[in-house]
Amino acid sequence: MASLIACPHCGPRPKEEFTVRGDAGITRPAPDAGEDAWHAYVYLRDNPRGRHKEHWHHTSGCRRWLVVERDTMTHTIHAVSDASAEGATA
Amino acid sequence: MRYSAFSVFLNALRGNKGWAPAWRSPVPKNHYDVVIIGGGGHGLATAYYLAKEFGVTNVAVLEKGYIGSGNVGRNTTIIRSNYLLLGNNPFYELSMKLWEGLEQDFNFNAMVSQRGVLNLYHSDAQRDAYTRRGNAMRLHGVDADLLDRHAVRQMLPFLDFDNARFPIQGALMQKRGGTVRHDAVAWGYARGADMRGVDIIQNCEVTGIRRENGRVTGVETSQGFIGCGKLALAAAGNSTVVADMVDLKLPIESHVLQAFVSEGLKPFIDNVVTFGAGHFYVSQSDKGGLVFGGDIDGYNSYAQRGNLATVEHVAEAGVAMIPALSRVRVLRSWGGVMDMSMDGSPIIDRTHIDNLYLNAGWCYGGFKATPASGFCYAHLIARNEPHETGRAFRLDRFARGRMIDEKGVGSQPNLH
Ligand SMILES: Cc1cc2nc3c(=O)[nH]c(=O)nc-3n(C[C@H](O)[C@H](O)[C@H](O)COP(=O)(O)OP(=O)(O)OC[C@H]3O[C@@H](n4cnc5c(N)ncnc54)[C@H](O)[C@@H]3O)c2cc1C
Ligand SMILES: [Zn+2]
Repeated sequence: MASLIACPHCGPRPKEEFTVRGDAGITRPAPDAGEDAWHAYVYLRDNPRGRHKEHWHHTSGCRRWLVVERDTMTHTIHAVSDASAEGATA
Repeated sequence: MRYSAFSVFLNALRGNKGWAPAWRSPVPKNHYDVVIIGGGGHGLATAYYLAKEFGVTNVAVLEKGYIGSGNVGRNTTIIRSNYLLLGNNPFYELSMKLWEGLEQDFNFNAMVSQRGVLNLYHSDAQRDAYTRRGNAMRLHGVDADLLDRHAVRQMLPFLDFDNARFPIQGALMQKRGGTVRHDAVAWGYARGADMRGVDIIQNCEVTGIRRENGRVTGVETSQGFIGCGKLALAAAGNSTVVADMVDLKLPIESHVLQAFVSEGLKPFIDNVVTFGAGHFYVSQSDKGGLVFGGDIDGYNSYAQRGNLATVEHVAEAGVAMIPALSRVRVLRSWGGVMDMSMDGSPIIDRTHIDNLYLNAGWCYGGFKATPASGFCYAHLIARNEPHETGRAFRLDRFARGRMIDEKGVGSQPNLH
């Protein structure tokens, strides 16, 4: 894992300030979306070897949720943006 | 060749020139009845039991690196069957029983050492939780002893009993728990499988899975196409990568776990000891090095290396438990990629494809499971029917609300 994450609000900060939540590709289904949709949301995850988009929380900084695009093989961080800018609602 | 004290003696007299390689390096055949992806502990054990117990010998194990290069050669070697929940408890106990007879069974010295595993408790609440777990174990015929502070002090006087935040009140001990030399497990199973006709093919990475009419027909590999009647996944940390080849989305994230070995010390820690107020576990190898580890790093990774922050965290937990550790030098550290599942328990099951089988989700506790996993998986593959003891590890348990969440933390893999 890279040592620094460039928060769009706070600049490059040590990764220890952040908390990872995981796969940013999942979005909360509608309450009546059915069991399959809810099962996928709660239990199934993209888990690529390579580039992956994840939710990270800048817990010890601005406390914003971010979407971090990271390579799970090299640990390089390719892009960081505010989760609301991505339209993510999870 | 059968290994024995006599064969060691005889070979010593002959200048040790009589030893043959423990397994062949065959050229892959065009077709096998069963192809296993992954030459880790689980893949090799599966091949061994397929051949030995179920008479299925036209089998290949495909390993992208060398035997033992994955988690089977990277773990901290702890074995135990001190589980609370129903699906887990009988399964890990079956594994423990298989460990107890393993060396005779596969004629290889795996240095199975039942030195006892102690889980320390630090509060009344934790003692109650451990009492409950110990009782569950005993009800299933597994040995468990609740030790008070005095009894633990007799065994491990150097622990920080009066730690201001986490005083040690006692421990739950499983005497039959202990350690096993991990790479000898890979070698022993590899040799035993090879001897019975299984082809172990190293440096052979599976890059694709070929399907026709809804069935798997074989795998594309770095050594060409290999056909198969049945395909069995046992890729541990890379399970998702392999399952993606057949559009099977898994309830799994891959995470990195680090481990450490210190310089060699005189005999110091006789057992396996775990810290109850943080995540830290330690034992001492026969060479004298302390072997220890703690939490996973917490982010998805396939890199087999972790971060310094976790190293610091592990060291702090260790020193909180054994203050003397602050003067010990660490020689080596490394990482392994773990298939962390959504409830912290494994999957041994059929899949949406008839002749495709899945073995995954071993988290950081899959080494101790190796014999039972191999046995149950071999049963499933040979008979197309789950072994009684591994029945609970179904892939659809998440959809059916039958999670086996030993820690009770929910569907967040990095918390298990
Ligand atoms: C640091 C660390 C400490 C641990 N400590 C313990 C412990 O104390 N006790 C315990 O019970 N468990 C422990 N574990 C967990 C345990 O090691 C694993 O759960 C277990 O080894 C996984 O099963 P395996 O042996 O089959 O995995 P592996 O040895 O990883 O086998 C999987 C194999 O599949 C191969 N593979 C992957 N993809 C492909 C492909 N496409 N083609 C061909 N081959 C492929 C890999 O190269 C690998 O060799 C620990 C793990 C780590 C990393
Ligand atoms: Zn910030």
